[in-house]
Amino acid sequence: MTFEQFIFYILATMAALSGLMVISVKNPVKAALWLVLTFVSTAGIWLIAQAEFLGLVLILVYVGAVMVLFLFVVMMLDINVATIKEGFTRYYPLGVLTALAIFALIYLVVGPNRFGLEQVVPPVMDGNVSNTLSIAVPLYTTHVYAFILAAVLLLVGIVAAITLTLRRRSPETVLYQNIDKQVKVRAADRFRMVKMDAVKKEADINEEEKD
Amino acid sequence: MFDMLQTWLSSFLYDWLAILITLLIQAVAVILPVLLAVAWLTFFERKVIGYMQIRMGPNRVGPQGWLQPIADALKLMNKEIIFPSQSNLYLFVIAPVLALAPAIAGWAVIPFDANGVVVADINAGLLYVLAVSSVVVYGVIISGWASNSKYAFLGAMRASAQKISYEIAMGFALVTVLMVAGSMNLTAIVEGQQGGILNWYWIPLLPMFFVYFLSGVAETNRAPFDVAEGESEIVAGFHVEYSGMAFAIFFLAEYAMMILISFMTAIMFLGGWLSPFEGVPLLADLFAWVPGFIWLFMKVAIFLFIFLWFRATFPRYRYDQIMRLGWKVFIPVTIVWVFVVGALAYFKMGPWFN
Repeated sequence: MTFEQFIFYILATMAALSGLMVISVKNPVKAALWLVLTFVSTAGIWLIAQAEFLGLVLILVYVGAVMVLFLFVVMMLDINVATIKEGFTRYYPLGVLTALAIFALIYLVVGPNRFGLEQVVPPVMDGNVSNTLSIAVPLYTTHVYAFILAAVLLLVGIVAAITLTLRRRSPETVLYQNIDKQVKVRAADRFRMVKMDAVKKEADINEEEKD
Repeated sequence: MFDMLQTWLSSFLYDWLAILITLLIQAVAVILPVLLAVAWLTFFERKVIGYMQIRMGPNRVGPQGWLQPIADALKLMNKEIIFPSQSNLYLFVIAPVLALAPAIAGWAVIPFDANGVVVADINAGLLYVLAVSSVVVYGVIISGWASNSKYAFLGAMRASAQKISYEIAMGFALVTVLMVAGSMNLTAIVEGQQGGILNWYWIPLLPMFFVYFLSGVAETNRAPFDVAEGESEIVAGFHVEYSGMAFAIFFLAEYAMMILISFMTAIMFLGGWLSPFEGVPLLADLFAWVPGFIWLFMKVAIFLFIFLWFRATFPRYRYDQIMRLGWKVFIPVTIVWVFVVGALAYFKMGPWFN
């Protein structure tokens, strides 16, 4: 066993175990944190496979942004685990059957008979080839239409999400901050100089005494 | 130097052991100066802010107060660490580690001088620094949640929202650097800026220079973006339940990130270790003896001073205004500048795109 294989097995075990923990721990926040560990160990495996761009982007996007937002939501929600787990024992056999069926399907499609080392020979990598370059060139040339289509899909998703959550409120009831107005403000708009005599006039004093 | 050490070690040890020992020595050679720099940066900060506010700053421990960081460290190490009784103990302990580890890991790819004075000269150095600095936020989130305190939790929520918002602007700023340099390797980025002060990337990327540095200030939760701590609103934010050394580790992480951001700004926009007098007739020869890392450290010192200057000058941002600056100002500016840089590269403008 080479050193790389040793590291691979450690990372693979970590990924599998933490993936198992994601679905087995009771606390949803802890489940999300285990998922983070799964992503990190997967990124490590990709680094071993010389896919440094994918590995680092996995950490940057999924660990650094997606999971942070996910944790953000999970921490804010008060999830009642008891109601989610309701009927667990009743549907247990059905769940096991479904899981086995899905596993069988996955095994048939991406099992060792199709994706084993005999079928797919790992490409010999030149150490000086930048992984970023070798992903970017086909992405922006051969597959550019698929790439643009994916971008448009994401844009539609963003528009849909914003439309769903947008609440229009009348400007009379809600005070919006108008930055341009704030920047344009001058001292004269905010306060007024009042000229007053230092000593009151005699007529005014007499009038006050009358009261 | 380290290659020689490794070959010498492998002459009588296993190969993997020789590599491991060399890597450990390299790591210590980088981390130890970083931590010392952090210690004296806190002293520098108190002195600078002190003089800006017309007072002396710390001046009692050692000559002119120079031993103050050591006194602080001793005090913090002797303090009791209190664990809140209702907290999640494992996560409570692991949170400071998660804050400090990425802040130190980022130093692996920082080049200090020409001829490869760098621990790991990897292809995707820029991406590595971005990925590593995005992980720092976990220390904040986990500490806020594990403390089981409302103030800590609010601080963590604010910090995570803020970091994600500014990371996007930061990422786009890095994209423009990558477009100009044509490489993600930090050494190659510095070498692409050779030829004097006008060839540095701060001219074609001037708005990105500001966006990157200000996003860096926001990423490290420094004033004026320090709503995650916000003493007047949420006591001390995410680390309110931490005491002693556990508390100090959050500060080590914050200052290590400050120095890292300053190094990255100097490397990407101000020509790293290159001399500013390169190409100037008389001065270039006059300053030829100055080693590259001195120039780099001087540039970094300027940025660190600006960090402290900000803190002494600006009042804290209001939270919604932080979000506005990140999403409605920085991100549109960066997206526009990606197109500008694309046009500059297409028409091969200036000394930067030849």
